[in-house]
Amino acid sequence: MTDNANASSSSHVSPSSAGQDAAEQDATAEKVRPSVALFVTCLVDLFRPSVGFAAIDLLQQAGCRVAVPGAQTCCGQPAWNSGDVATTAAMAKSVIAAFEPYDYVVVPSGSCAGMIRRHYPQALRKDSRWEARAHALGERTYELTAFLVDVMDMKSVDPVDYQGRIAYHDSCSGLRELGVKAQPRQLLESVAGAELVDLPGAETCCGFGGTFCVKYPGISGDMVTEKANAITGTGADTVLAGDLGCLMNIAGKLNRDGSMVQVRHVAEVLAGAVGEAPPIGRAVGDRAGTRAGGR
Amino acid sequence: MQSTSHTFKDNVKTALADEHLRKALGNMKAGFQDKRAATIAKLPEFEALRDQGKAIKDDVLANLDYYLERFEDNVTRDGGHVHWARTPQEACEAILGICRDTGARVATKGKSMIAEEIGLNEYLEKHGMTPVETDLGEYIIQLRHEAPSHIIAPAIHLSKEQVSDTFRRSHKHLSADRPLDEPRDLTDEARTVLRQQFVNADVGITGANFLIAETGSTVIVTNEGNGDLTQNLPRVHIVVASIEKIVPTLEDSAAILRLLARSATGQEYSVYTTYSTGPRRPDDLDGPDEFHVVIVDNGRSDLLGTEAAEALRCIRCGACMNHCPVYGAIGGHAYGWVVPGPIGAALTPGILGVEEARDLPNASTFCGKCEEVCPMKIPLPKIMHSWRIEEYDRGLTPPRQRFGLGVWSWVATRPRLYNWLTGLAVRGGHMIGRRRGSWRWMPLAGGWTAYRDLPVPAGDGTFQQLYARRRNRGTAGDGK
Repeated sequence: MTDNANASSSSHVSPSSAGQDAAEQDATAEKVRPSVALFVTCLVDLFRPSVGFAAIDLLQQAGCRVAVPGAQTCCGQPAWNSGDVATTAAMAKSVIAAFEPYDYVVVPSGSCAGMIRRHYPQALRKDSRWEARAHALGERTYELTAFLVDVMDMKSVDPVDYQGRIAYHDSCSGLRELGVKAQPRQLLESVAGAELVDLPGAETCCGFGGTFCVKYPGISGDMVTEKANAITGTGADTVLAGDLGCLMNIAGKLNRDGSMVQVRHVAEVLAGAVGEAPPIGRAVGDRAGTRAGGR
Repeated sequence: MQSTSHTFKDNVKTALADEHLRKALGNMKAGFQDKRAATIAKLPEFEALRDQGKAIKDDVLANLDYYLERFEDNVTRDGGHVHWARTPQEACEAILGICRDTGARVATKGKSMIAEEIGLNEYLEKHGMTPVETDLGEYIIQLRHEAPSHIIAPAIHLSKEQVSDTFRRSHKHLSADRPLDEPRDLTDEARTVLRQQFVNADVGITGANFLIAETGSTVIVTNEGNGDLTQNLPRVHIVVASIEKIVPTLEDSAAILRLLARSATGQEYSVYTTYSTGPRRPDDLDGPDEFHVVIVDNGRSDLLGTEAAEALRCIRCGACMNHCPVYGAIGGHAYGWVVPGPIGAALTPGILGVEEARDLPNASTFCGKCEEVCPMKIPLPKIMHSWRIEEYDRGLTPPRQRFGLGVWSWVATRPRLYNWLTGLAVRGGHMIGRRRGSWRWMPLAGGWTAYRDLPVPAGDGTFQQLYARRRNRGTAGDGK
């Protein structure tokens, strides 16, 4: 690990900085643990707080100090994907300002992490000073499971079990913008009882696509139908992914179809936090797929 | 070609309700995707070839005028003719002019997307010519008066039963009780009918996969051999191609050919790859007496230097549409113009304008699969995104979307207000919905709930509220 904290805004020293004298090392003993700012994402904030707490738990397991900057709202992806560069730039600036002081930004979503990492510099390219700050923050921004495995070198999670046959859906942005594929699977291997099944078309988009799913509902509906059919075809009892948008879409379709399959964010299983909330879209106590439904 | 891109949303409804289409698309996806994956797995240097292909075309686009002029010089040197066309109208006029000079009445055609783009068949028919498509898929859709729904498999939207019906209706001179149920019956019948047309034709019109600057050659690849009969049997061969089809050298064409068929059909090579250089020379055994190349711009040169310029690297393999889940749901006709799928969504707004093609770059989840499989590494989502920016800047984004986005952004850039409002909404939603877990219907969310349930907020507050509560109790985070 390198000391890639922004020099102007952070006093943290990373674990492997060489050449420190002994006194300095003592003084920074606590600071050896990298500071991580959790960007919780608006969907987790509004719909699924358990994912945020699970992420904090996992980051602490990995030896990080975790902070949740209060000034966070939305990464700006809806504006960006609608072509509104000015609004995106404004939102990007407030995220950059709020998250710059930390060693890393970690996001329980490949899509929002990709937004910060890949698209903030594009949205701010007309302002070279902000563009540089966006680049600097982007380089320190990670999807949760990729951060745990690639940066913190986590091999396994704290002992936890989850009895289930799991189909894993690879969310597009995480997969193609950030290379998230092996990391969540590697961590799931350390969960006792968890069995991964092969999901045909695991890398095919579920049809969520942010505003796409309401702008083109028919196409989106067709895509999520295909995804749901692929999932039920595996005989899995659980679907996991790393992005709440995809998960809400998939859960919404499976629940509409009366499926028994349980849908969760991968962090909940890894942190042993499945008791904190029922599967996505289910009521408390409704575990067997007998969703109450109705308006 | 007349565009229906502006009625995209209606086109989608029609497509989603078409059972024949849904079945055909289901078969298509599995076939193309699996075959491509299998051939590419056998070519370790595929990634390096993609880089090479991209570099070749980037050089071409940076020096397009130079290569085009070199191509013209070499065609002329060998006794051929080059005709420049800025618009579809000019291209059609040039082709009709050549046909009239030859006294031609029947023109056979190889499959050509640029000919579709300029509306060549309609134009020739209007002026007394009989154009005959000789690629099987193109022949079928010509009989049905339809546009291609895919650039390499123009009739992919049809089932064999539909083709059988079309042949029975069109080939009235054949016995009514002939068997036409098997694919072999259909191809045999098409072969028989088309063979006579090859002999009748005075002019053969083909497209080009490449124009080679250093030799003045044109290249076509086909699987049916119809292209060779089209260009060798008639007295006159007319090639119609768009400006970006140029490559500098023979070697360059060979490099890109290694990408083309693998990406398109999952073949290592197409069955026929044919290079044509000039008209027949005195000691040649066959070939046309006249060789013409009509080079069409139709708005492409305006794209040079813009975000969309990279779309001009396209070699028309169709891999992006074969792998696109949106194309896989709606097929090619819904896009409303000659090039469908992701490349259509990137290219069409540049040629027809964003007013006409407004929906195309928006109808994407930006899943990125198209860019992943594109042999020329065209950043298709990035180009689609650039059109979205142009639409937004020009006020073409639908007012409701603009308004909703404006409200969301206004609130989201004010964290305290955001936290207060979302806190209220989430607590309210949770209280009302928690016994259900999901809503089947929600005001203003009809687009979502028509197809799936909407999960109820799972916490009795936002994450931020619950986190603040836990921190006050000293049970969460390390703080800062």
